Amino acid sequence: MAAKDHSMTSVAIDTAPEQVTRTGIRRRLQDALPKIVLAPSFAVTLFFVYGFIIWTGYLSFTNSKTFPSYALTGGRAYQRLWTWTFENDPPSSWYTSITNMGIFGLLYIGCCLALGLLLAILLDQKIRGEGFLRPLYLYPMALSLIVTGVAWKWILDPGLGLEQTFHQMGWTSFHFDWIKNKDFVIYTVVIAGVWQASGFVMAMFLAGLRGIDGEIMKAAQIDGASTWQVYRRIIIPLLRPVFLSALIVLAHMSIKSYDLVVALTSGGPGGSAWLPSNFMYEYTFRRNEMAVGSASAIIMLMAISAIIVPYLYSELREKKS
Amino acid sequence: MRKLMMTTAVATLIATGCISAFSQEVKEVEMLHWWTSGGEAAALNVLKTDLANEGFGWKDVPVAGGGGDAAMTALKAMVAAGTYPTASQMLGYSVLDYAAAGVMGDLTETAIKEGWDKSVPLALQQFSVYDGKWVAAPVNIHSVNWLWISKPVMEKIGGTEPKTFDDLIALLDKAKAAGVVPLALGGQDWQEATMFDSVVLSTGGPEFYKKAFNDLDEESLGSDTMNQSFDNLAKLISYVDPNFAGRDWNLATAMVIKDEALVQVMGDWAKGEFSAAKEAPDTDFLCYRFPGTDGSVIYNSDMFGMFNVPEDRKAAQIALATATLSPSFQSAFNVVKGSVPARTDVPDTDFDACGKKGMADLKAANDGGTLFGSLAQGYGAPPAIANAYKDVVTKFVHGQIKTSEEAVTELVKAINDAR
Amino acid sequence: MTVLDMDVSDAKRMARMRVINRIVIYGLLGIFAVLYLMPLFVMLVTSFKTMDEIQGGNMLALPRSPTLDAWVKAWGQACVGLTCNGISGYFWNSIKMVVPAVAVSTVLGALNGYVLTKWRFRGHTLVFGLMLFACFIPFQSVLLPMATILGNITRFGITLRSTFGTSFGLGDPTANLAFVHVVYGLGFTTLFFRNYYAAFPDELIKAAQMDGAGFFQIFWRIMVPNSLPIIVVTVIYQFTNIWNDYLFASAYAGTGDAMPMTVALNNVVNTSTGVVEYNVNMAAAMIAALPTLIIYVVAGRYFVRGLMAGAVKG
Repeated sequence: MAAKDHSMTSVAIDTAPEQVTRTGIRRRLQDALPKIVLAPSFAVTLFFVYGFIIWTGYLSFTNSKTFPSYALTGGRAYQRLWTWTFENDPPSSWYTSITNMGIFGLLYIGCCLALGLLLAILLDQKIRGEGFLRPLYLYPMALSLIVTGVAWKWILDPGLGLEQTFHQMGWTSFHFDWIKNKDFVIYTVVIAGVWQASGFVMAMFLAGLRGIDGEIMKAAQIDGASTWQVYRRIIIPLLRPVFLSALIVLAHMSIKSYDLVVALTSGGPGGSAWLPSNFMYEYTFRRNEMAVGSASAIIMLMAISAIIVPYLYSELREKKS
Repeated sequence: MRKLMMTTAVATLIATGCISAFSQEVKEVEMLHWWTSGGEAAALNVLKTDLANEGFGWKDVPVAGGGGDAAMTALKAMVAAGTYPTASQMLGYSVLDYAAAGVMGDLTETAIKEGWDKSVPLALQQFSVYDGKWVAAPVNIHSVNWLWISKPVMEKIGGTEPKTFDDLIALLDKAKAAGVVPLALGGQDWQEATMFDSVVLSTGGPEFYKKAFNDLDEESLGSDTMNQSFDNLAKLISYVDPNFAGRDWNLATAMVIKDEALVQVMGDWAKGEFSAAKEAPDTDFLCYRFPGTDGSVIYNSDMFGMFNVPEDRKAAQIALATATLSPSFQSAFNVVKGSVPARTDVPDTDFDACGKKGMADLKAANDGGTLFGSLAQGYGAPPAIANAYKDVVTKFVHGQIKTSEEAVTELVKAINDAR
Repeated sequence: MTVLDMDVSDAKRMARMRVINRIVIYGLLGIFAVLYLMPLFVMLVTSFKTMDEIQGGNMLALPRSPTLDAWVKAWGQACVGLTCNGISGYFWNSIKMVVPAVAVSTVLGALNGYVLTKWRFRGHTLVFGLMLFACFIPFQSVLLPMATILGNITRFGITLRSTFGTSFGLGDPTANLAFVHVVYGLGFTTLFFRNYYAAFPDELIKAAQMDGAGFFQIFWRIMVPNSLPIIVVTVIYQFTNIWNDYLFASAYAGTGDAMPMTVALNNVVNTSTGVVEYNVNMAAAMIAALPTLIIYVVAGRYFVRGLMAGAVKG
């Protein structure tokens, strides 16, 4: 598009030499306008995100404890994290955090995407009462985790919630104590997390589906494709940008699930529900080991970039061609 | 970025210069705290009223949650922004950290005038005095080596006060046989570690506790006595109900209140729960020292750290500090809170039986040199070490660490790593 | 091929299939609705119970004698620190902060998305990639440096006030907080709009350019009117996140007169000692969530409008 603008500019030069300077400046301003509009956002991002990342990275090589200290002291924080990475018996808090992140990240993102897409497709079938149903799936996002955490804690608590209710109803063999079990507690975090976020993913997919031309569907059906085929072959591929958005949002939420873990499990039996965000908060603010906290933040960012950057690269490159 | 920091720093200097140029006295205290729940808020309101009577306003900055974690995070942000409150509720080592960073005020003059150095236990002064200067006003002293026992259950099983650890185990066995939950415990790291503080004091005695948990002597931490302490902890853990993991401490207390459980090992803040449920000591519940720890007190304390506020706010700050340590407030506040006054010369007339015992014990421990900081509560060692300790205890309780030997090794390793 | 061409039996079979299809769809939607509603149900019944009933009874049981006491208390009497006027007074603080933050970040996101799809320049992918990756910065690690910057802004505001008599809003805790949310919301809003506009036909823009429309004219006349579904999504996302943010709110605006709703709610709910009043907590949580819930119900309607917009577009 930019190339086309330039060709138009050159046409202008040919026709009216007198007005060249005036229109030329206007043109140039018009050309620069998009960049001017984008610049503040980009500058703010550079400073408040990348500047702060550099700051955090710097702190990770210092001996910062309660407060930042700026004398470089080497990579002891990373050394400690590196040692902890392989301590699995008994598991170090860092080991627990990163293994949990793997389990939680995969299940949370996977389940939210699947459930969100399913609900969006179901809701898109010209459903009566859509306006009533939609908020039912969305509302969990509205409520503060501080309290929904308590509600989930009750539901999952074997002495108060589902297990007890089923026992009272006569199903005495029912057993569900994941939240009390160090090996399963992370899955309860997944359940509550999916409950909270899948509705929003549904909204994103719904917005995407509503943007797709209804005629495509009809045309494909007339060609004899089944509904399933239409969705698999045509609609879902068209939703690719939505997948990207949803994935970013979910990845963002999953690495920031600090509140969820605290509200639901208070860290889990023996700290078994920790995620890296809990680790980072713990070390930075509770244990006054800011260098270790910063180092863990940097490692988290590097891990995320190792996963996200290739995906972004392929996703954004393909758009260009 | 550094350049920008420089320019902003210059701007700061100019700005602060302007403030002091325009200064006139601000009759207001800005107070960061996490006492937002009924009883505590009511207790703090006494202070607010006291100050109001002297003509000082109260700007409330309440940040509840995580036993002060959220408030400490907010405080750190405030200090980073350079906008400190007049005072903040603080615990143990954080007072010293902030003092070392040079952001605390100096109350020494007031302290000497009011005689704090004589009435506040020396153990506590370690945390309220930094580099010879008073930087914080202690509000109370909590003690953690208590047993809270349901009297009806005790009568039902025909138990008596346990004097030794074995007595306690025998008592728990009786409760188990009678079909009540013997030990009400909330399976969160700080609760488990708080109980373990008492176990170690009971198993190893006062000398050992001090050496291991206050002096962090590596030999003591790795000793057989520590090993035996973990054995004893394992014994206690065998008496909890299966759903204990993750339970909040007040729910564990509720089990004792509702006579579903025999005993909880918890700090004296548990008494507030009994009072709120209209239960009285000796008739509805019993408070005993953890067996084998009589004569010693493991303490923690709430303090109001006083920040280095501009000159125009100093008068309000001094008024706040003076009111905090006034005997009348100390009595009124601590009766509600379940703790005991931070100065030893406050009359015990308004306190209940457990409170009176707590005050007498504190006095004795202070005189006898057996008043020790709780490691679990952050009064034994800096947060990095205290939390490393909690890690080991909670992993032992929940089975990630399988034997006492392993726990001892891990404890030494974790504490050395965090030093 | 139309229905008329088919055999009657085929048509009947199709009709039966459709009925089964519908049953399956509604069935699934219903099951999920029940599952999603369970925690809300627990919260609702709890908020109508007395404390005795909560401590004694089953959490899923209906209240024996429903009472509004907890709601009344949460609204007007619960203690937020030393002031016990309930949480009703904190709505305005939050709204003052959330509405501008959502509006600014959404508008900027829309403009950014528009530039990044329709006015591409060399390096636009890199710019977008960098803004996207910014979404992943852990907020805990920006808390302190941001506080330092805000502290300096605040002091600058004080200087301005002493020289010009007004701080131009600089350093006001509410403005500070809104600023922080705009900064860390930009990545998402840009992402949403960029991905939405990516599918928007370039031909329309080209045609408008031929007609002499400029950058902003095209944006306001063509892009914005066709952006309803994504505006809805963005507003929902931003509004919820900013409304429910606790970390920044407690650190930058925890003092009484600027305290947003979440901090107030947290102070009601989180008690270090004392009996936990679950009924009040649950009621308070629902009251605090009212604006977000309203946004969901109201804004959700516009998804349908989005469908219409899409139809026009096609």
